[in-house]
Amino acid sequence: MSNDKDVAGLPGDAPARTSFRAGSGWRRGAANVLSAVTSASALGVAPFLLFALVFLILPTLRLVSDAFFDVQGNFTLQNFVLLAQPNIVGAYVVSIQISAASAAIGAFLGLLIALSVGRGGLPGWVRSTAMTFSGVASNFAGIPLAFAFLASLGRLGLLTLILRDVFGFDIYRAGFNLLSFWGLTLTYLYFQTPLMVLIIMPAIDGLRNEWREAAETLGASNWQFWRYIGLPILWPNILGTLALLFANSFGAIATAYALTGSYLNIVPVLLYAQIRGDVLHNANLGAALALGMIAITGLANIIYLIVRARAEKWLK
Amino acid sequence: MKRSRFLPWLGFLLGAAYFLLPLIATVEFSMRIKREAYSFGAYANVLADPAFRQTFTYSATVALFTIVIGTVLVVPAAYFVRLKLPALRPFLEFITLLPLVIPPIILVFGYIRMFNSSSLLPLTSTAQGTNVLLTFGYVTLSLPYMYRAVDTGLRAIDVQTLTEAATILGAGTPTILMRVIFPNILIAVLSGAFLSFAIVIGEFVMASLLNRPAFGPYMQIIGTNKAYEPAALAIIAFIITWGSMGMIQLLARFAPKTTVHAD
Repeated sequence: MSNDKDVAGLPGDAPARTSFRAGSGWRRGAANVLSAVTSASALGVAPFLLFALVFLILPTLRLVSDAFFDVQGNFTLQNFVLLAQPNIVGAYVVSIQISAASAAIGAFLGLLIALSVGRGGLPGWVRSTAMTFSGVASNFAGIPLAFAFLASLGRLGLLTLILRDVFGFDIYRAGFNLLSFWGLTLTYLYFQTPLMVLIIMPAIDGLRNEWREAAETLGASNWQFWRYIGLPILWPNILGTLALLFANSFGAIATAYALTGSYLNIVPVLLYAQIRGDVLHNANLGAALALGMIAITGLANIIYLIVRARAEKWLK
Repeated sequence: MKRSRFLPWLGFLLGAAYFLLPLIATVEFSMRIKREAYSFGAYANVLADPAFRQTFTYSATVALFTIVIGTVLVVPAAYFVRLKLPALRPFLEFITLLPLVIPPIILVFGYIRMFNSSSLLPLTSTAQGTNVLLTFGYVTLSLPYMYRAVDTGLRAIDVQTLTEAATILGAGTPTILMRVIFPNILIAVLSGAFLSFAIVIGEFVMASLLNRPAFGPYMQIIGTNKAYEPAALAIIAFIITWGSMGMIQLLARFAPKTTVHAD
């Protein structure tokens, strides 16, 4: 269609030929893709795409569509109105707070550790040890992590007892509780911080020595280098990783559930209870709850992707 | 200009302390089962528990199937996209990122809605069907790791030349995939496999909501009923994670490091 219009709209022979050539090039490209798609390569990719469609895309779309219908199957926005009830709003607020706190603190600590290990002039084994340990710790999540923190900072945990008996400081009397906002945040930091180290390290490696040398030649102090050169270059990466860490803890449930049961009202735990026993007494309200989660983690990941694309400009 | 190394060391040591202290505390806690002295009684109890063996075997089996199915799906797709359909690449990368965006609890909720007993594909109406569904769910969770591992492996070998050479020698596509490409990216596949194993073995929410007797839900039950056994389980789980990551590091040493042509 567009090709015809091109030819008709152009006077003279040569431009028309150019346009024709461009058109045929496009057609040949399309034909190539088409013939490739109908050949063996399609057979190789098709099972993957079919699998992703049936076990990833469709189940998610099913929830998205369920959120817009009532139990009788009529279109409604009532489910989203019902999300405004206090315990659901409360769950979202606590979830967002925990995810934001653990992402921000984890990113800060992870950056400090990565800078110490990557650019502090420490021996090589320190770096490789830190990276190996980060790989393990960032994957040590879920139920065992909850057990480890109960054994450390629970009422009878080793650290609790040492602080009480050796240092005379009873953290529980001071108001600390592992089954609380700060308790869960502290626990999440165990996988958030190493994840930050893993993701930010390549960016730190991308800081060229020449930049530092140039800054020093011009008389910049260590502080000035980081304030005006190092951190501004790392900033997009830090921001992007922050979004990723946020999404990472927002969807996590196993640690929270093993640690606090349904004591702490966060969205994934509420959704778990809803799927198990329909505690909200409306199956499609559960779908709306899930859609809210997807929207939040999706937004965080979009921020990550956009910011990462910008960051890559600098660190080639 | 010589910079002080005090702050970097402090940063490293504080980080190390934060990650080692909970482990030390967990080991100590797990050995408190007898009042008078430290013992490995909690570990003995865990290892002697038939439910531990059953759930662990169950999860290990599901993990194995996950790895096999994931490999069979991902390797041909990544190979053909690299060789013939580069236009599809961003799309595949996007799809394999999705499991990181959509939390497992959402996926399993969708499964329960979509594959229930009154649906077109009623997988959840039989135990065997639910096992299949759980395995497919784990394949989905492991896609981001599997795809990236395989893609990195393919980048390190010259797919084009290998394929052409094999074609000239008369090999068909299945032969090329299985006898030329796969052996060359075996190490990459294995590192993806170990990461998948580490994720699947203790996974809780999918197994729990699909009511399967997996290791994750077992640990949760022990956590609510026992005092010292959970700490022992945490250490066992940590050793499994450490072992998986250690295998990946070990394998990385054998992986081909040269990039034949830049992308």
